Order: sequence, then structure tokens, then C-alpha cells
Amino acid sequence: MAALYPAYPRQTLTALQTLAWKETHRYLRIWVQTLVPPAITMTLYFIIFGSLIGSRVGPMDGYSFMEYIAPGIIMMSVITNSYTNVVSSFFGAKFQRHIEELLVSPTPNYVILAGYVAGGVGRGLFTGLIVTIIATFFADLQIHNIPVTISVVFLTAVLFSIGGFINGVFAKKFDDIAIVPTFILTPLTYLGGVFYSISMLPDFWQTLSMANPILYMVNAFRYGILGSSDIPLATAYTLILGFIAAGTALSLWLLRRGTGLRS
Amino acid sequence: MNALSLRQLNKTYPGGVIALRDINLEVMPGDFFGLLGPNGAGKTTIIGIVSSLVRPSAGHVSVFGHDIIEDPWEAKSNIGLVPQEFNFNQFETVSQIVINQAGYYGIDRHTAQERAERYLRELDLWGKRDATSRSLSGGMKRRLMIARALIHEPRLLILDEPTAGVDIELRRSMWAFLRQMNERGTTIILTTHYLEEAESLCRSIGIIDGGRIIENTDVRSLLAKLKSQSFLLDIASPVGSLPDFRDFYVVPVDERTIEVEVRGDQTLTDLFTQLNATGVQVTSMKNKSNRLEELFVRMLGDRKRDAQPETA
Repeated sequence: MAALYPAYPRQTLTALQTLAWKETHRYLRIWVQTLVPPAITMTLYFIIFGSLIGSRVGPMDGYSFMEYIAPGIIMMSVITNSYTNVVSSFFGAKFQRHIEELLVSPTPNYVILAGYVAGGVGRGLFTGLIVTIIATFFADLQIHNIPVTISVVFLTAVLFSIGGFINGVFAKKFDDIAIVPTFILTPLTYLGGVFYSISMLPDFWQTLSMANPILYMVNAFRYGILGSSDIPLATAYTLILGFIAAGTALSLWLLRRGTGLRS
Repeated sequence: MNALSLRQLNKTYPGGVIALRDINLEVMPGDFFGLLGPNGAGKTTIIGIVSSLVRPSAGHVSVFGHDIIEDPWEAKSNIGLVPQEFNFNQFETVSQIVINQAGYYGIDRHTAQERAERYLRELDLWGKRDATSRSLSGGMKRRLMIARALIHEPRLLILDEPTAGVDIELRRSMWAFLRQMNERGTTIILTTHYLEEAESLCRSIGIIDGGRIIENTDVRSLLAKLKSQSFLLDIASPVGSLPDFRDFYVVPVDERTIEVEVRGDQTLTDLFTQLNATGVQVTSMKNKSNRLEELFVRMLGDRKRDAQPETA
């Protein structure tokens, strides 16, 4: 527990600010790789799925198809960018070995985790904001519940930043940082009710969909924007906070053990 | 209170390779300590454990009285590490690298900027402060690693082969800088394969072989163990006309050069007295090899012979 107690609070805060700013500076410096692609991809989603195909799809839960998918697409960009930012930055630091700059310093483990998560959350929310602005050109978005909208998007960004961190800890080669986003995150996001309501699915698939944690985040966020959700809000918060707590505990345990970092 | 104290330090890597066996080592404050040993002896493992990059299997490490596990902030704040291999973020600038490093030690940005300017100027890197680390030459990268290690003003500076692959001019300027740091009170631990470097800089030497410390003493006492030294003498007259030397073992090297072995119980005055008596004119003289190198090679050679199994 000694490592969790900030014996030097001012210095600890300085270390956190340094790492958080370094991580923020990283994704801003390479904005062509980090901020532009989601803007282009999500614009294409809005044009193709929203305008072209969506115009032929009827209303969903009482909203136009464009209005219905907008929260899901925003959330998709937040999830992907939070995760990708941390996994690529942390693995890059391991690969170039400049993670040693942190490991030799007295920076506590929880500050290392918080610093990387701050970078991931920042990029996730930044791209979420960009996509939201783009969405307003296609749909008349009215925020139904501001606290729910902000808290859900923030907590989701935190959760997937932690997920990216854990992936980065275990990754040994570049392939390892692509496997989870490609084979797990993307399918779960697409099947998480971004483009449809699970009430449209047969019972079996509805039940199976309930095992997809991303479904809860997308629906909670959709509730915040539209006031419509397939799942109870309390369940979504419980799930997100539970995953955050478990992910944080696992990350700190891995850092303490030095998994993938210390021989 | 010692600058560094290693007690019963052991390290076995996954796979069973034993890197360190019961290492006990004390480094005094203000010392310039050389940790020598052949490749794979365990030098980098010791440095890795002290700097928290390697987990010990057993044992304790304390830095200026602070245990690295119990008091990590105090212990780590006292250590500056210059690793063997470059480990920068290739895309960050020189000033970003050192200022960020200061931040990890809790140093506020204003102080970090002041110190960064001071150390980058001292190490002749100020003109490169806005250059990315990947654009620097090998020598500049070495100096940047030193600046980064000093930015939090540690009391113990550890350098793992800092002059490997560095040209002689830069090596000598780094020696001068390190001497200056040591004179200012920084304890320095150095590993090197250049034994001339160790002999020139260090006051104390530890020799490690096979994961064990086999020697730990001051340079003077260590060199006193050298049973003999070999010198190369250039002489004015041809070797063929040399008289017999009673007390010295002399081997001709070429037409005008001889190698003379001077035992521990003999002095150079004895040698020159005999050269004078026999009328041999010496035009120049040098050690055949660095004294520490000679001792080092002999000690390791003796250990290898001792370790060989007896045969019938």
C-alpha cells in the first residue's frame, strides 16, 4: 500500500501533469494520424449509413435513422481512439525503451497508469467532439440529459484507455497491439447496437447481445443524447464502473509485478 | 551512510540463468567506483536492480540509507542512470527529453527549464535543444543521456559503459566532465571495458565474474597486487649488441625495441641502474599494456584455471 500513498503530493502531481501533457502532446503532434482519420471515417459513416441508406430505413425508436446512429458513431470513435492511443503509445515507449525514463524515476505506478489514461481519455474525447460537430451537419442533435451524456462518454473513455494500457503491457510485438482492436473491439462495437436497436433482433441474439459490454455504453450514451435506451441506465453505470475498477486493479498489479517491463 | 549498499543480492532470470550470487557491495559517498568484469559477468544486472529495471530474486539495495523497495521516492531521487543503450523517445526534442525527465522526479517546470539550460550548455548540447533525439550523432546522444540523468541532481550517478563507441576526443571530454561532477560531490559508479578509463578515473574498483564479486578495493591496493609489469623500451643501439641482464627478464621485440619485465619487488630505478651500468641508451619507454588491464586479465585467467577440473 505504500506505493499508493502520496508521500510527496506536490511532486506526484508534477509527475502526473508531466506525463499527461507528454501524452497529450504526442497525439496532437501527430494529428494527421490521430485526429483526421476518425473525422473522415465517421463522415463517411454519416453519408453512407445515415444519408444514403438511412433515408430508406424507417424511424427507429421514434427517431430518424441518422439521429439514432449518431450517438453510436460518436461512441465508436471515443472507444477506438481511447484504446488505440494508450496501447500504441505505451507499446511504443516499451519498444523504444523510453518507458525506462519512467521506471527509473520515483513516479508511482498509479501515476504512470493515470498519465497514460489521461492521454487516452483526452484523445477519445477530442475525437468524440470532432465527430459530434460533424454529426450536427447531418442530424439535429438535442442533448436529452447532459450529466448522463458527459459522465458516460468520460467513463467509457477511461475504461477503454485502461483496456489499451493492459494490452500495451502484455504486447511484445506490433501484431499484439492490433489483435484486440481488430478481432475483439471492432466486432463488439459493431454488434453493440451502434447501427440498430437490439429489440430488432430475435430473442436468442438479443440475449447474446446482453453479454456485450459495449452495448451498455452505447445505449447509455444514446439515452443521454436521445432519451432512448435498450437497457436500464443503472445497469450500464454499474457495468462501466465495475470494469474500470477491475481494469485499474489489474493494471496496478501488472505494474507492481513489472510484467512486460522489468526482467 | 553509504552511497550504495548491496546486501546478499541474488538474481536468477526466468529460464534459470543465475546472474548474481550473494553480492555484497558498499560504495562510499563521494567515491568514483569502477565496476569491472567480462561480458555477462553481471554488471548490467546489478545496475538494472539498483535502478529498478530488474527485479532482484533476493537481497536488499539501499541508496544513501533508503531502501529501494521501502522508500522508492527517496532512493530513486538519489540515483541518476546513464544506460548502456540509447533509450530516448526518437520523436522528442532534446529539451523535451530532459524537462520531462525532471517532471517525473517532481521538479517544477521553471526549475526544470533552468537546469536543462545549465546541463545542456555544460554538455555542449544547448545549440541542439530543439533537435529531435534521432537527429543527433552518437556522441551527442551519449551526452544527452548524461544531461537527462543529471537533471534531478542525483547524489549517485551510475554510468553503464558511457564511452562505448565514442571517439577519443569526446571520451576525454566526458572524463573531464565526470571528474568535475565527482569533485562537486556526486558519487559515481562506472562500468567500462576500457580499463585505461577505470584506472584513470576510479578510486575504487570492484571486479565481478560469474555473478560474484571477486575483488573490491581501492585502485592503489589493487595495482599493488600486480606481481610484475612489462615495459617496452626503445633503445639507441641494436638489440644484437645487448649485454646480459642479471636481474631482469628481457625479450627482444624488434631491432631497437626490448620488452623488460619488472617484478613487484623491483623498481624502475633498479632497472635504469642496470641499464646505465651496461651502457644501454633508452630513447623512450611505455607500459606494454595498461596496468589494470594486465591485473584484470591475470585475475580472470587465474580463476578460469582454478575452475578447470583436474585430469589424471
